[in-house]
Amino acid sequence: MNPKQKIRKATTHISQNEPLIFEKSSAGKKAYKLPPLDVPEVDPAKLLGGHARTDLGEIPEVSEIEIIRHYTRLSTWNYAVDHGMYPLGSCTMKYNPRVNEYVARLMGLAEAHPYQPERVSQGALRILKMLSEQLIEITGMQAITLQPAAGAHGELTGILMVRAYLESRGNPRKKILIPDSAHGTNPATAAMSGYTVENIKSNALGMVDIAALEAQVNHDVAALMLTNPNTLGVFEQEIHKIADILHAKGALLYMDGANMNALVGKVRPGDFGADVLHLNLHKTFSTPHGGGGPGSGPVACKKILEPFLPAPVVSTKKDGTLGFDYNRPKSIGRVRMFYGNFGMHVRALAYIMANGPDGLRQTTEDAVLNANYIRKKLEGVYDLPYRTPTMHEVVFSDRLQMAKGIKTGDIAKRLIDYGFHPYTVSFPLVVHGALMIEPTESESKAELDLFIDAMKAIAEEAEQNPELVAEAPHNTRISRLDEVSAARKPVLRWRPQTEAVAK
Amino acid sequence: MRYLPKSQSDREVMLREIGASSIDDLFAAIPAEYRLKGDLKIPRQYAESEIVEFFRERAANSAQGYATFLGAGAYSHYRPVVIDSLISRGEFFTAYTPYQPEISQGTLQSIFEFQTMICELTGMDVANASMYDGSTGAAEALMMAARITGRSKGAVAKTVHPEYREVITTYARYQGMPITTFGYGKKGRVDLDMLDLAIDEETAGVLIQSPNFFGTIEDVAALADIVHSKGALLIVSIAEAVSLGIVRPPAEADIVSLEAQSFGVPLGFGGPYCGVLATRDKFVRQMPGRLVGEARDRHGNRGFVLTLSTREQHIRREKATSNICTNQALVALMCSIFMSVYGREGLQGLATQNLAKAHYAVEQFKQAGAAVLFEGAPRFNEFVIQTKNDPYTINDKLLDQRIIGGFPLKKFYPELENAALWCCTETTAKASIDAAAKEVAL
Repeated sequence: MNPKQKIRKATTHISQNEPLIFEKSSAGKKAYKLPPLDVPEVDPAKLLGGHARTDLGEIPEVSEIEIIRHYTRLSTWNYAVDHGMYPLGSCTMKYNPRVNEYVARLMGLAEAHPYQPERVSQGALRILKMLSEQLIEITGMQAITLQPAAGAHGELTGILMVRAYLESRGNPRKKILIPDSAHGTNPATAAMSGYTVENIKSNALGMVDIAALEAQVNHDVAALMLTNPNTLGVFEQEIHKIADILHAKGALLYMDGANMNALVGKVRPGDFGADVLHLNLHKTFSTPHGGGGPGSGPVACKKILEPFLPAPVVSTKKDGTLGFDYNRPKSIGRVRMFYGNFGMHVRALAYIMANGPDGLRQTTEDAVLNANYIRKKLEGVYDLPYRTPTMHEVVFSDRLQMAKGIKTGDIAKRLIDYGFHPYTVSFPLVVHGALMIEPTESESKAELDLFIDAMKAIAEEAEQNPELVAEAPHNTRISRLDEVSAARKPVLRWRPQTEAVAK
Repeated sequence: MRYLPKSQSDREVMLREIGASSIDDLFAAIPAEYRLKGDLKIPRQYAESEIVEFFRERAANSAQGYATFLGAGAYSHYRPVVIDSLISRGEFFTAYTPYQPEISQGTLQSIFEFQTMICELTGMDVANASMYDGSTGAAEALMMAARITGRSKGAVAKTVHPEYREVITTYARYQGMPITTFGYGKKGRVDLDMLDLAIDEETAGVLIQSPNFFGTIEDVAALADIVHSKGALLIVSIAEAVSLGIVRPPAEADIVSLEAQSFGVPLGFGGPYCGVLATRDKFVRQMPGRLVGEARDRHGNRGFVLTLSTREQHIRREKATSNICTNQALVALMCSIFMSVYGREGLQGLATQNLAKAHYAVEQFKQAGAAVLFEGAPRFNEFVIQTKNDPYTINDKLLDQRIIGGFPLKKFYPELENAALWCCTETTAKASIDAAAKEVAL
């Protein structure tokens, strides 16, 4: 069969070329009009003296229609959740509800200044309080901060709280234990918090090796950072035992909540022994990824860690109004100015309200159902290195395809031709040549079937026509880019042609 | 549930295909004693109309439509309509980090353009794709200086935003980085003698802000001479990005940490905003955060990729420059669109209007009898006044007229009794300034 006939989800079509915005610029074009000044004009040279600036270099000069076309054309070169399935493992690329966007832009919220008096900020404060309470209930924790700006920032906050807690008991300790399957942010966070990192190995089931853990935990260990379900999509079945081992030696259990989409409404980390965890509102709670941010990384914790939360926290005053409590003598301090990514808090609350308890549970069930459906349909077509039951994501390897020299990265690129965004490539590191697939709840059975068919077709191509896969993608605007040269001689900004030639 | 694209029969078919008798089979890995038996105690499912109504009520319980004189790290500028119109394209806001360049060129090219614009504005060689915000960016810049110089200490001006300094304290505390602070003089600028005393042979980076927290423009060149003579790096934090339209960029700095919120980002009760670091070419490998670079495909076409990622956590893990992963990509896009709208001339015109409004307000407040502090050094769109009455009392009266007065400074600067930081932007009406001047006088 002609390979193109197998590609059912996508067809190539004309897309517009577009230069850099600087290459469209010419002096005197403009996209703005300032209103007339209602106060006397000033002479900047006189007011600023030697500090006055007279030229803004290569900042572009373009008209409004050119701006609209420029960014619209660029946008058409992106794949997005709005186009279809985005099966990036551990990234939870779910639908971003439009009502979230609408309510976050309501004037009274979007134009609220962070320092406006509390008595005219009651609406915003109420949103912070409600979201806090609902996330505490969802996680089974007892206190929370919404201040961290992203997941890794939440990790830093949580580990600093652990450190401050242990310090208050006389010894901050030295090490953080991290499984070999963990995200890179975990060890990087531990290092930023002044800890050394000790890796712990997974057992044959892809779970923490309890015996090994028991041997490793001593009074130098501050905490274990554990993602649950882990990056293999496997729920750590002996989680409470893990917590007990740590607690017996005075260490804490930090849970990376990156994979909370497998748990919400079904089980609560606070109930199974986690002491502190961060959430990614841009994963589990539907705030958009925005091409790489903004995120939001609230940190929820048990009572023992509450005094160490970043300041300020939202509190109810004597008169019943809400305000910020800055008097937190044991706090680790601020991790960000103001109160965090409030716009994301609004969206997450809207998402929780749209779901309710039944919707959140159904969401989790559908996410796990989708992943298991893919697993069942692709098992055998792709190698499944861990046969342990999986939750919301499944990890295959490229072992079968490597017989013909086809790697996970090649399969991923070929998937682009089939109209899908690739899965997460070569992660987790514990699986050689990993294909990490997280469909989320947002995919219909029809979309999943298209994906499964595409993956099967690619496996066949890898067998019969490996070059086709090795050189993919074929239907994109550009083919694979030379990333090695790009890193060796980095060009990180545009410069005008003449200058470049002169250099 | 309206976001879930499955019928009950779809679910049943899928379960059958998997070989599960019920959905509970798929959760069997979770020990039964931890599985929830009932509903989470959160509100019931809301209809979209109810959600909108709920948030409209919250939004109405706010200072909606008030005139404001607040700045202090968050600035009220006009946001051109095209910004939201463009960032609302699903191709931008529902995309992931551009790890797959063949289908992410839109995001990648826009970041490359952002990096270029930030370089042009700040006078630096290279800028990253963004940081969380100005406060964390400033903290990361100090860590970066320590990596570059191999020294261990930081020095921070007292005229840097107090909340930035609090964040720096948190970040530095556990990295073995002692932080010293140095004070300001009569003109509200860094005191050069105090600066000199604050730096020793272990000082890696010196952080200042310009325009500083009092709105005063620092003499960056003079500060750079002192800092460089001691072998330390100068980091300049800029909280009010619009100032760069009319204020000379800190070309003598080694690292610039910019908060770009002023460029079309809603105040949004404090976030999300857009930090960004810019530096010299020679320091790029110690800079944290994502970077986009130009690349060619095998047909010679120009494209863009994430590059120099050996600095980052997903490759280097505990040896990375930072743990930062997600940044503020969509907010950086807002900033790029804002800069494109105003352009080379418009940014200057816009900044000049800010200058004119603040200058007018200073004159009016002075005439009304308020003392303007820190005279004798140039300022941009913020200034400090001292009044006979407590600024909170003045602000209460203004609030009744739907005006939010300046930011009282006593909380962060106990020595500045009855002083407040006022900000005027192009959106501040003359009538509001005149009304405020009357209350300030009393």
